[in-house]
Amino acid sequence: MYVAVKGGARAIENAHAWLAEERRGDPGVAELSVAQIRGQLTLAVDRVMAEGSLYDPDLAALAIKQARGDLIEAIFLIRAYRTTLPRLGATLPVDTGAMACDRRISATFKDLPGGQVLGPTFDYTHRLLDFKLAAEAAQPEAERAAPDLRPKPRVTEFLNQEGLIQDEAKAEDAPPDLTRAPLEFPACRALRQQALTRGDEGFVLGMAYSTQRGYGRNHAFVGELRIGTCSVEMEIPELGFAVEIGEVEVTECETVNQFAGSKTEPAQFTRGYGLVFGHGERKAISMALVDRALRWRELGEDDTGAPAQDEEFVLQHADNIQATGFLEHIKLPHYVDFQSEIELVRKLRAAAGEAPDD
Amino acid sequence: MTDGMQDYNFAYLDEETKRMIRRALLKALAIPGYQVPFASREMPMPYGWGTGGVQVTAACLVPEDRLKVIDQGADDTTNAVSIRGFFARTAGVATTERTAEATLIQTRHRIPETPLREGQILVYQVPIPEPLRFLEPRETETRRMHALEDYGLMHVKLYEDIARHGAISTSYAYPVKVAGRYVMDPSPIPKFDNPKLESPAIQLFGAGREQRIYAVPPYTRVVSLDFEDHPFEASKPDHPCALCGATDSYLDEVITDDTGARMFVCSDTDYCAGRRAEGAA
Repeated sequence: MYVAVKGGARAIENAHAWLAEERRGDPGVAELSVAQIRGQLTLAVDRVMAEGSLYDPDLAALAIKQARGDLIEAIFLIRAYRTTLPRLGATLPVDTGAMACDRRISATFKDLPGGQVLGPTFDYTHRLLDFKLAAEAAQPEAERAAPDLRPKPRVTEFLNQEGLIQDEAKAEDAPPDLTRAPLEFPACRALRQQALTRGDEGFVLGMAYSTQRGYGRNHAFVGELRIGTCSVEMEIPELGFAVEIGEVEVTECETVNQFAGSKTEPAQFTRGYGLVFGHGERKAISMALVDRALRWRELGEDDTGAPAQDEEFVLQHADNIQATGFLEHIKLPHYVDFQSEIELVRKLRAAAGEAPDD
Repeated sequence: MTDGMQDYNFAYLDEETKRMIRRALLKALAIPGYQVPFASREMPMPYGWGTGGVQVTAACLVPEDRLKVIDQGADDTTNAVSIRGFFARTAGVATTERTAEATLIQTRHRIPETPLREGQILVYQVPIPEPLRFLEPRETETRRMHALEDYGLMHVKLYEDIARHGAISTSYAYPVKVAGRYVMDPSPIPKFDNPKLESPAIQLFGAGREQRIYAVPPYTRVVSLDFEDHPFEASKPDHPCALCGATDSYLDEVITDDTGARMFVCSDTDYCAGRRAEGAA
């Protein structure tokens, strides 16, 4: 006699216990601490903060530990936590021009006020496995220079003085909040950028790459890429002025894009803009390229039908938490739907069998 | 509660969020079948696991409620167990597996066999709320089509099915017209369940990832789309339930050995268990 499978609750409990054990791994090996993850896997921490839309390196490190290093799962943990936090108010826009830069490079000018600062980059490393790391040898301390306090004005401002680059209109209204209002189309640029900055790094990278290969091409120069800390200020109503409440590390990329002019605009350069939490230059550059591609309508360019120009396509599919949830849900039971499909196929096959050959 | 959930509000969501969802629900009930955008929150379970339904349930629950959660008609499927556990933990409400005893039922892919009554709320988990989505992927376009009541594309699709297969080849998530106005996706319930969409209960649909809420108020006319010469048919496997003998319930096909022997049993576990307790079969 058939007995329906029961015991979902026990199966879930057992699965959770097994998962916890797998996460811990071999108990003979020392447990990874949250401080180690925060201090030594900083780029993973930064990605989780950027796509989790929550600037908290300790929580991001905890999420990475809990997620067994699955960064999308860690981002999900952060998002689910973030959504429960109260909104106390909005800060003033951060002034990235006053950033204390760890890295600041321009691909458009050889030298510029404030100088080029290479910073801690992989760019010119040779990708050879360093077996000394496997031996866990002590790392010699890097040489230190005096702090570079030269002001570093933004590169695009130099172009702007000549009118060579499109001026960006200053937004009057507070930007909409993607996490507090449903996404509706057409989306304004601020909303698109919010979606991009918390979008999946791989997706945004792929979209940006496609523009370089001719799907909505708008040849981009990296006018400037800068990484460093910015102070965050907030107006306190009781005080009547803004006070600094902390600082965040961000990566900012401004691209200078070719633009021949159109029916509505004179020939000048245009901009793409990327800004992400932490040290995330791949993401910031990608974001700037996609931001620029999505501006075709406002700049009077042609819609070439390229995926990166299509805001519904880009914005609806950039979020990895939405994407992975919907993708993975197909492993949940679907036997009711599948049963109705079986019935239909049987019926259609029976009908086809009865039909006279012609 | 000793498991760290004491920091969360009743039924997990904060009251501001619940108010936002309730406003969307009221609008949805006022315009039957219309998809109301709402600011869906990230929930502690993944998108695709019923986050829309969970948010609607959270916004509707009161401490006196008695909650039932089913997936594929069954109370004991893993995700039903998980969601029921979530609300037992965050809201402390009573739970039940009996359709008749529940005041609020959250469901995925089925409508219970036991007829619902006034005062009950049925909350559906919805993956893709837009019935026109697979005919037109663009949201801006489909919203325009709904606004203009421009459903020609859907009728052409159904007609092409008949031309190609001799029958409408949609067996679940079968489109309906609500209150003579909006074409609506009833969520992926088998078309067998479509006639039950006309009900004395309140039916609420939540799509979390797609940020949409819609509703069918009690006693609203819900018509499955069809043609005069190809009328809608609520089909099911042509067998009685092997456990309770019911001939009027939707059945799961279960493979019982490795030679392909199979049997058919009620997908609604409460209905089947109830009939067996009463001594049927």
